[in-house]
Amino acid sequence: MFKYLKQLTSFVAMVAVLFAFSTEAMAKKSKTLKNTQKKGFVRCGVSQGLPGFSNADASGNWTGVDVDVCRAVAAAVLGDANKVKFTPLSAKERFTALTSGEIDILSRNTTWTLSRDADIGLTFVGVNFYDGQGFMVRKSSGITSTSQFKNGISACTNIGTTTELNMRDFFNSKGISYEPVAFEKADEVVAAYDNGRCDTYTTDKSGLAAQRTKMKNPDEHIVLPETISKEPLGPVVRQGDSVWEDIVRWSLNVMIEAEEYGITSANADSMKTSDNPAIKRLVGAEGELGAAFGLDNDWSLRIIKQVGNYGESYKRNIADTGILPDRGPNQLWTKGGILYVPPAR
Amino acid sequence: MNNKVKKIIPQLITLLVIIFVFGFFTYNAQMNMDNRGIEFGYGFLKQESSFDVQFSLIEYDGSHSYARAYLVGLLNTLLVSFIGIILSTIIGVIVGIARLSPNYLIKNTAAFYVEFFRNIPLLLQIFFWYFAALRALPLPQDAEAWFGSTYMTIKGYYVPLFVWNNLDVFLYSILAAIISILIIRSYAKKIQENEGKQLPVLYISLGLLILLPLLSFVIGGVNLEIKTPVLKQLSATGFIFEPALSLPPELIALVLALSLYTATFIAECVRAGIQGVSKGQKEAAASIGLTPRQVLKLVIMPQALRIIIPPTTNQYLNLTKNSSLAAAIAYPDLVLVFAGTALMQTGRAIEIVSITMLTYLSISLAISALMNWYNKKIAIKEK
Repeated sequence: MFKYLKQLTSFVAMVAVLFAFSTEAMAKKSKTLKNTQKKGFVRCGVSQGLPGFSNADASGNWTGVDVDVCRAVAAAVLGDANKVKFTPLSAKERFTALTSGEIDILSRNTTWTLSRDADIGLTFVGVNFYDGQGFMVRKSSGITSTSQFKNGISACTNIGTTTELNMRDFFNSKGISYEPVAFEKADEVVAAYDNGRCDTYTTDKSGLAAQRTKMKNPDEHIVLPETISKEPLGPVVRQGDSVWEDIVRWSLNVMIEAEEYGITSANADSMKTSDNPAIKRLVGAEGELGAAFGLDNDWSLRIIKQVGNYGESYKRNIADTGILPDRGPNQLWTKGGILYVPPAR
Repeated sequence: MNNKVKKIIPQLITLLVIIFVFGFFTYNAQMNMDNRGIEFGYGFLKQESSFDVQFSLIEYDGSHSYARAYLVGLLNTLLVSFIGIILSTIIGVIVGIARLSPNYLIKNTAAFYVEFFRNIPLLLQIFFWYFAALRALPLPQDAEAWFGSTYMTIKGYYVPLFVWNNLDVFLYSILAAIISILIIRSYAKKIQENEGKQLPVLYISLGLLILLPLLSFVIGGVNLEIKTPVLKQLSATGFIFEPALSLPPELIALVLALSLYTATFIAECVRAGIQGVSKGQKEAAASIGLTPRQVLKLVIMPQALRIIIPPTTNQYLNLTKNSSLAAAIAYPDLVLVFAGTALMQTGRAIEIVSITMLTYLSISLAISALMNWYNKKIAIKEK
């Protein structure tokens, strides 16, 4: 009896979702949303393998906090967090892939900067990880601070990232001459540094922590304490489709706000009867939030249930995998971090 | 309908189709760029690039413009192509001749080399040389000196730094030597044609080539200071050599992979060329009393070259274009510096890709023009 009831409710839910889409989606004109619903999957650009952010396992399943942003959007607009097609992109290809329409969301540890936002047809929708550039060195070198760097040091890094520019600023300001060795793919950077080609490896600190796990002997390397730049990483969409932009922005915001109110994938359903109207809005029990971008009212509930809140995503992908157990600035503003999102109301 | 119209109509249609296709793509690109608020223009080339490059033939750092960064990448591409073409030609000619050797061991070693290297994808070979072969090299502190004071290490090949005074005078002296050699050669040819006397051109040339630059040292004020590499400590385990000229391992791996790969194809061209000259030619030449060296130099090679040059030109073009695989191992060529970093920093995909394509096209056309000129020069001249 219970079994049938479950089937019946899911059927009703599906009909409701379809109904909501057919009426309200028409009202709002988002070409990207319409195309996504027609195709039945969200097209998402990710990295070529960065543990904790976007990384595929042996059977091709993608995991990571960047991956979860795309899953959240899929849960919101398609009702199923698994309906995402991931496209691995190099740092060089990523923006072209987005502006040319090959993907609809770029969620690939991408730094939000003025020139990228304003100049090249992109719109950054938020920040899902606050990062900063750092240096990794071999423990045996005895270096414990960037102040011990000397003229002639060789630094391995990726091309096409803000990293190259920060590195120049840093070494120039210290008056140190250096040899930049810049590769197209991260795997080659790691291999070259690991082989002894370079004295130091520089990229975002989260990236250093993640790539360290790929090295022959991770314990032989340390990340220096200094942070030389601000790197707010976040998802990006094409300019010109403001409804789609809003959907991606608020899918991310919902995850962060859900954590703030203590809503998790496990308790989301029971939160419907909460006394707090903010919580009730987030789980779709009050208000008409979804209608604003042509979605049904359960869009945010689906995100929380299927993907989880930001804290769950962080724990699953970054903390439990040993990459960065300490959340640092990526903690809620109520707990001493800088994660602060506008209210969903 | 007369014949003239019949000939023109298909050509007209082809032309219209080409114009339409190009027009459509241009229009399409423009529309899409307008829609996304991207502006088209080459003004960014003057902006400060603000990124550094590992290895450059001209003075460059991040305070220079994107145009300068383009030039850095272009020169690095030309450098690797130039060295690659020379090396692959030398190896190719040796291996091509070796394949025709009567010696069983030489012949089969050459055949094995050709079959092995030409049948493995080039990118894999580049990775092999960079990540497998060069990784076996020692760290600077463990390196032993080669040829006195050069050091082959995982960070590069360190050679003594040459510090020149009045380098220009030295270069002029070499130029003067080359010009006088050319004059003497044409004079010697005239003498031989008129009087049948042979001048020892080779010895005179060598003498000039040594004497004139030597004179520039003695009276031209040229002097050369050689600074030998000395190990310098950066940290407990980090060392480099200074002062020294460092050839980056990326360049070495790329040159090795490109030359060894392309040489196999050139070897086959050389073999085909030599085999293409009929046996009777060799026998006839021998029968009029030419020595084996003269047979090869005066009879076989001039005819073989006619067969060798056109396909070898293709190989030179391939090598130049294949050098763009440099991006995989961090050698800062045109693709890595300009179509890579510069493209990323500016986001000007259409502009940069079009410039890069035009550049490769120009390099290829230049090489092929040069080779065509040479080919014409050695072709049979009807008298």
